[in-house]
Amino acid sequence: MIINHPLLGPRDMAEFVYKGDVCLIDRPDGMQEGIEAFHDYLHLRDNPAGEHRELWYHEQGDRSWLVVTRNTLTHEITDVALARDVARERGRTR
Amino acid sequence: MSEQVMTRDQVTREHSAAPAQTARSTQANRISGGFVDRARTLRFTWNGKQLEGHPGDTLASALIANGVRLVGRSFKYHRPRGIFSAGSEEPNALVQLRRGAAQEPNTRATTVELFDGLHATSQNHRGSLEHDLMAVNDLLSPFLTAGFYYKTFMWPKSFWEKVYEPAIRASAGLGRLSGEPDPDVYDHGFLHCDLLIIGAGPAGLAAALAAGRAGLRVILADEDFRLGGRLNSETYTVDDMFGADWAARTVAELGSMENVRVMPRTTVYGAFDHGIYGALERKTDHLPSSDGRPRQVLWRVYSRRALLTAGATERSIAFGNNDRPGVMLAGAVRTYVNRFGATPGRRVAVFTNNDDGWRTARDLAARGVEIAAVIDSRGSGPQQTDGLRVERGRRIIDTAGRKGLKSITLDNGARIDADCLAVAGGWSPNVHLTCHMRGRPVWRDDIAAFVPGGDLPPGMVVAGAANGTMTLAAALRDGHEAAGKIAADLGRAPGSGSAPRASDEAFAITPLWHVGESRKRAWIDQQNDVTTKDVRQSHMDGFRAVEHLKRYTTLGMATDQGKTANILGLAVMAEITGRTIPETGTTIFRPPFTPVPIGAFAGRARGKDFRPYRLTPSHKWAAEQGATFVTTGMWLRAQWFARPGEKGWRDSVDREVRMTRSSVGICDVTTLGKIDIQGRDAAEFLNRVYANAFKKLAVGKVRYGLMLREDGFAYDDGTTARLSETHFVMTTTTANAVLVFRNLEFARQCLWPDLDVHLISTTDGWAQFAVAGPNSRALLSKVVDNVDLSNEAFPFMACTECTVFGGTPARLFRISFSGELAYEIAVPARYGDAMIRGLMKAGEEFDVVPYGTEALGVMRIEKGHAAGNEINGQTTAAMLGMGGMVSKKKDSIGSKLSERPEMNREDDLRLVGFHPVDRSMQLNAGAHFLNKGDPADMAHDQGWMTSVAYSPELGHSVGLGFLKRGQDRMGEIVRAYDPVRGKDYEVRVVAPQHIDPEGKRQHA
Repeated sequence: MIINHPLLGPRDMAEFVYKGDVCLIDRPDGMQEGIEAFHDYLHLRDNPAGEHRELWYHEQGDRSWLVVTRNTLTHEITDVALARDVARERGRTR
Repeated sequence: MSEQVMTRDQVTREHSAAPAQTARSTQANRISGGFVDRARTLRFTWNGKQLEGHPGDTLASALIANGVRLVGRSFKYHRPRGIFSAGSEEPNALVQLRRGAAQEPNTRATTVELFDGLHATSQNHRGSLEHDLMAVNDLLSPFLTAGFYYKTFMWPKSFWEKVYEPAIRASAGLGRLSGEPDPDVYDHGFLHCDLLIIGAGPAGLAAALAAGRAGLRVILADEDFRLGGRLNSETYTVDDMFGADWAARTVAELGSMENVRVMPRTTVYGAFDHGIYGALERKTDHLPSSDGRPRQVLWRVYSRRALLTAGATERSIAFGNNDRPGVMLAGAVRTYVNRFGATPGRRVAVFTNNDDGWRTARDLAARGVEIAAVIDSRGSGPQQTDGLRVERGRRIIDTAGRKGLKSITLDNGARIDADCLAVAGGWSPNVHLTCHMRGRPVWRDDIAAFVPGGDLPPGMVVAGAANGTMTLAAALRDGHEAAGKIAADLGRAPGSGSAPRASDEAFAITPLWHVGESRKRAWIDQQNDVTTKDVRQSHMDGFRAVEHLKRYTTLGMATDQGKTANILGLAVMAEITGRTIPETGTTIFRPPFTPVPIGAFAGRARGKDFRPYRLTPSHKWAAEQGATFVTTGMWLRAQWFARPGEKGWRDSVDREVRMTRSSVGICDVTTLGKIDIQGRDAAEFLNRVYANAFKKLAVGKVRYGLMLREDGFAYDDGTTARLSETHFVMTTTTANAVLVFRNLEFARQCLWPDLDVHLISTTDGWAQFAVAGPNSRALLSKVVDNVDLSNEAFPFMACTECTVFGGTPARLFRISFSGELAYEIAVPARYGDAMIRGLMKAGEEFDVVPYGTEALGVMRIEKGHAAGNEINGQTTAAMLGMGGMVSKKKDSIGSKLSERPEMNREDDLRLVGFHPVDRSMQLNAGAHFLNKGDPADMAHDQGWMTSVAYSPELGHSVGLGFLKRGQDRMGEIVRAYDPVRGKDYEVRVVAPQHIDPEGKRQHA
């Protein structure tokens, strides 16, 4: 697979490390939420046959975390964004 | 009849410059014509016999020229077999190539280029090829049908592994490996192109010409060493030239284009995601020796578009005894005659269900080969017979000739003598690569074949015979137009020139898959010995879906993957079940298209190059000292430094520990992960990734930090030093250096994107040495510039930036893994070698000793420090005795889930120390603990031993381990039980700190 890095252009998959569903960005606040919320955050995932937004890390490159939108049936990649920008969109700051 | 057949005169005039036979030639079946260089003779050995051939030959064509018909024995029945095809689809002619370590089994003689000194032997027979003792299997064939093994060797169960399987393996099989390491080297490479053209037949060449002229970056790959595909095997005319000459001229023109890379001997074996293709280029297989060059290169081709012009493969017809040597594909017979000037027979019969088969009869007759008869299963067929004996509407029901065909029998009982039978069952487009992702071929009745269908790999276009365009002029046009469309698609103006001109030959077919009148066994898959009877058996036993048929009968599961056979099998199954072929469907084609050697996949990643490893900055010095090295993670580290007279590693390690604890020792600890953390929010960041508090760590101080996984289990530990308000240096374990850094970047970018903090890995940037022992301060005082190292000025857990040896930048940390008064000193990595030499020289007066990873481990076990054996991903902070460190006043990674009740039980495991009751006893890690008197079962398990070492200071073995409620059981005696190593002994529970429990030494 080839991932079109938003800063570096098309790069081979071999340069990246896969993590998982983009929802791993949505970590609960440990001072506000309980064990159940963390359990759900850590273990519950959708497993779609189709479009999937997922986290990839450019470990053999610039160390950017990326959010890749990939079709799990065809491996077609329709969008790649910097995870930091996605995290901000999802309300994360400091 | 519109086909263009060159006359015999034309062929002879153009291609018979050399005499047909040289004097005393071994090549009885060599005839005129073809593209072999008769001016040069190559000598090769077949089953010990010296034979001759010419450059341009394959091993198969040379064997045919030499009149060799029997070349192998079949997989199961050990039936005599001959050469069946002229390409990579070959099911029968599998040979052992070369000798010694370079020996290669299961090589297709039809794809091996002849070279001088080639050495080949037949395989899968006991005794000689001619008198194979295992041929008795053929007599047992009524018992050896599909499913035989499953049904017969069921009982007794224990016999399978010990009796049945070895016996079956010994009697059925292919060639043998040399058993020696592969002497050749293999490479990997990467290529980029606008257009990858797979197959250099008429369509591929026409496409490459158009794409190349349009300025696209083109790669043209073909598995053959002579490009042109069927143009080299037929007597076509293209652009008013002999087809093969047009191909050669076109290849030359392509070779002169800078934007075109022509790759002969290159098989594109798989289609992968995003336009990536796998290709195997055979660099030296056609040479006597590789001479150190890579034998094969595995290319990863990145393409914007791909054009599949892989042509088509001819298939057989199933009739009685259709597997004898001499029974061949009709197109292959033409190839041997037209391309190689070698005739497979002196009197050739043709059995066909289509017009194409007639070409064989005409081409052979034109070259003076006698045609016994053309048997056309159709009532129709060409009307012009050119004087040939034609049997219309007839079928072959049997053949005769034990080790080579002698005669055929028709359904009307007529016997016709022939030493070669050319079978034309029609052509199947090579759709394989179209299926490697989600493509599913669709059936076309007009050509009686599957063509590409469904979702092709994105960016792939198919043209020519591979797409069902079975005639020449149409294929040339198809390739030309496909390339033009692709060029336009990629924003290029089409190049000049129109499609090469040719005529379309007749290509009518009335499918005939098998001859039902045959009473004799009729082969479908020759390599795996699958007959029509096996397909019926499969149906009777309920295995009717094609995928089940395949697995039950092993149809198409041999090294040729059923290229000439699969379609026959599913056609027979369709007939039995009363369904159509499209209803029956095909099995799924997967990569590789043809076998790829494991060595090519491995490439250079063999032996010590299997995984890269790094050397520590003191490696050269340590090697000079005669150190023994060990792989730890990605590093090679000194394990111990043996001295003359020491009898084993324990002598060296015990000495290193004793000398360190009595004076001073030095260890290279560069491999520990180092992460530089800077920014206004660096302290806040650390506070969130470590379980214990970090916000108030003072500048100039170091703190031990425990990291949890988000699920609350212990993950990693290390020390972090604060060099300034905004600058920290974290250390991680060697094993987790990469992973911790990855997780920190995740936290920084994804969880708290607006914290002002930046990270960089400096593991390789700094050479770091532990200097440990009571004289470490005295030694370092000689090395460090202008730092007061007194206990008051620079106490335990202090750190500072400084210089050493009069100006070399350095960092000094007063931390201790050994439990001694100890420091770690870091200098930029390029000074690492000078630093270890300087430290050792400065330490001479203290009898300083270098120590390796073993002594490091002994001292940490003596001191009771947890390491990888204890922090193994299954243990919690509480188990490690660090439950109190997990701060509940803040939110840090893993802190919330570490609060789960099950992870905080009072009766849970706790890390404690162990001494053997019998002090002479060696403890062993992995032993499980039991209360005295309890039975040895999991229900009574009390925990396990994690780390053990011999303590030179205490004079006996010491251990660390997890024991239920361990903290409350000091002094208790428990049983250590290790059934794996046959050990059972008593141990006393002690504190994990076997030495200096109050920590006086490190604070001295």
